[in-house]
Order: sequence, then C-alpha cells, then structure tokens
Amino acid sequence: MNGSLFEYLLRLGDNDVVLAQRLGEWVGHGPVIEEDIALTNVGLDLLGQGRMWLTYAGEVEGEGRSEDDLAFLRDAPAFRNVQLVELPNGDFAATMARQFYFDRAHLLLLTGLARSADPRAAEIAAKAAREVAYHAERSADWVIRLGDGTEESHSRMQRALDRLWPYTGELFAADAVDLALAEAGVAPDPRGLRDPWLASVGAVLAEATLETPRGEWMQGARRGGGRQGVHTEHLGHMLAEMQFLQRAYPGAQW
Amino acid sequence: MSQEWPLWEIFIRSQHGLAHKHVGSLHAPDAEMALKNARDVYTRRNEGVSIWVVKSADITASSPDDRDVLFEPAASKIYRHPTFFPMPDEVKHL
Repeated sequence: MNGSLFEYLLRLGDNDVVLAQRLGEWVGHGPVIEEDIALTNVGLDLLGQGRMWLTYAGEVEGEGRSEDDLAFLRDAPAFRNVQLVELPNGDFAATMARQFYFDRAHLLLLTGLARSADPRAAEIAAKAAREVAYHAERSADWVIRLGDGTEESHSRMQRALDRLWPYTGELFAADAVDLALAEAGVAPDPRGLRDPWLASVGAVLAEATLETPRGEWMQGARRGGGRQGVHTEHLGHMLAEMQFLQRAYPGAQW
Repeated sequence: MSQEWPLWEIFIRSQHGLAHKHVGSLHAPDAEMALKNARDVYTRRNEGVSIWVVKSADITASSPDDRDVLFEPAASKIYRHPTFFPMPDEVKHL
C-alpha cells in the first residue's frame, strides 16, 4: 500500500513540477507582458503544489529523499507525469490547449482527492483545487477567445486540440496503483473522471466554435505512458535544463 | 498597431469598507480578461478583495492646462477648511 501511495504521489507531484517548468519557459516570451505574468503565476501555483506532493512522497517512501532530491536527481524514466504535460510548448494556442485539457482533468482529480481517506492528501488537494479552479477558468477563456476569434486563431487552436487529443487518454487510464488506491478510498478511480471531463471540455469547445476531437487511439494505452515511466523524447531534454544546476553543483543553495 | 489590445485602468479595493484605489493599468482583449490579468498582475501578494477595470479610453480627464482655471480659485479660500472650528478636548485626535 505504501509503495502504491508513493508511486501515486510521484504522479501528482511530477505532473505539477513538469508543467510548471514548461510554463516557466514562457518567461520573457509571452505574447504580451500580462500573459507572461499570468502563465508564470499558474506555473508557480503548480510548483507549490508539486512541492507538497513530492515532500509527502519522500516521507511515505521513508528513505530520506527530500522534494529537491526527487525533483532534481531522478532521470526521465523515474518520472511519473503524464506525457501531455512534458510536450513542448509550441505556439500560444498549443500551450493553452494543453493547459485546458490538463486543468479540466486536474480540477476533477483534486476535487475527488479532497475527499480522500488519507487526511494529508485531502488537505493538499483541497488547497490546490482552489488554485486550479482559477487555472481551469483562465485556460477555458483563452480557448474560447482563440476558437471564436479570427480565422487564424481558430485554425491554430483546432490544430493544437487535435494534436494533443491522443495524450488525454492517459489522464483517465487506471493501472494497479490507481486501483489499489481507489479500493482504499485514497484516490478517485481515474476512469470515473472521463465522462465529466468530456462534458466540461465539450461545453467549452462548443462555445469556442471548435470541434471536440473524436480519435479513439490514445498514447500509452498499450504499453503504458508517462505514469508508468514511458516518456516522449522531450522529457529528457527538458530535465537536462531543469536539473542542470543541481547536477553540476550538487546541493547548491541560494 | 491597430490590432493592439486596449488599455485598462485597474482599481483595487484592499479591504472591506475602503474605496477602490487606482493601482495602474494593463492591456487585455476584453473586460473579463482584464479582470483576470489584473488579478495576476496586481493581487499576487494578497492586496485586494475586489477589482474594477475601466477602459482607459472611457475616462475623461481634466487637462493640465486647465489647472489654474479649475483649481486656483480654491487655493485662496482657506475658510473652506474645517480648521476654524474650535474642537472639544475629548476629540483632539480626530
């Protein structure tokens, strides 16, 4: 059980930390300075949540690993984030489409986790859910504005949604870890989140005059995805930058 | 550039009972996004409980050239200040 909980907490924490790093890449590159700040704000929220999950994961593991050890001293195959969050930013539409898909699932997951039988997880989830409710509203606002905007913004947003679609299956797939935790009342069964997610995503996309992609084929469905440590080639490159300092100067602080 | 987002003036109420105070301006495509941007730019450190956004273009401002006409006449009318009323000792620190 403790092994499953550790794995599960890594999944939660790694989603946050990896997406925070991706959003951080927008610093100085946002389309306007207001957006630059807003994206970074979302990233910092996620980083704060990731710290709480990874700190807890380290305690559950019981081998003395800190949040920093877990974030900076693991290699790509030891990361447990979904592939969706490690994908490169692409253009602004792609970043927002990724955020939109993730935020909607994230909010449902945290809402379920807030009722967890594990009081520590419930506490972290309740705190995080308030931040993520804002993220979800904001990314939906952008999907609507770009979808129902110009011809160019509409086509870019639709393209981004279509391309990222196969990465959404992983958000709702259940393996032995998920089932063990669902059984113990610690975490919601991810399969149960798919229908509410589809409904909320579909409603926003309809308002945005965009098509909900219909593809059935999903990344990681057969041989496992990021949550099992199978990642895209992008994660290693991202970690090389994210972890450089701690790898080159172990234990450096400032 | 004609496609640039309009400028919005941002007003924040820092706590209940106080008036909204002008804190700055920012660009946003519409009022709703202006509110969200204002939240991210101006309330990150717990500064507010309420935000107003107003399109800068909708504000009519007095011209600095009119300063004398508008404000100079008031400068010599010190009797308009309430400082001439004797105050009872009990309310000295009003």
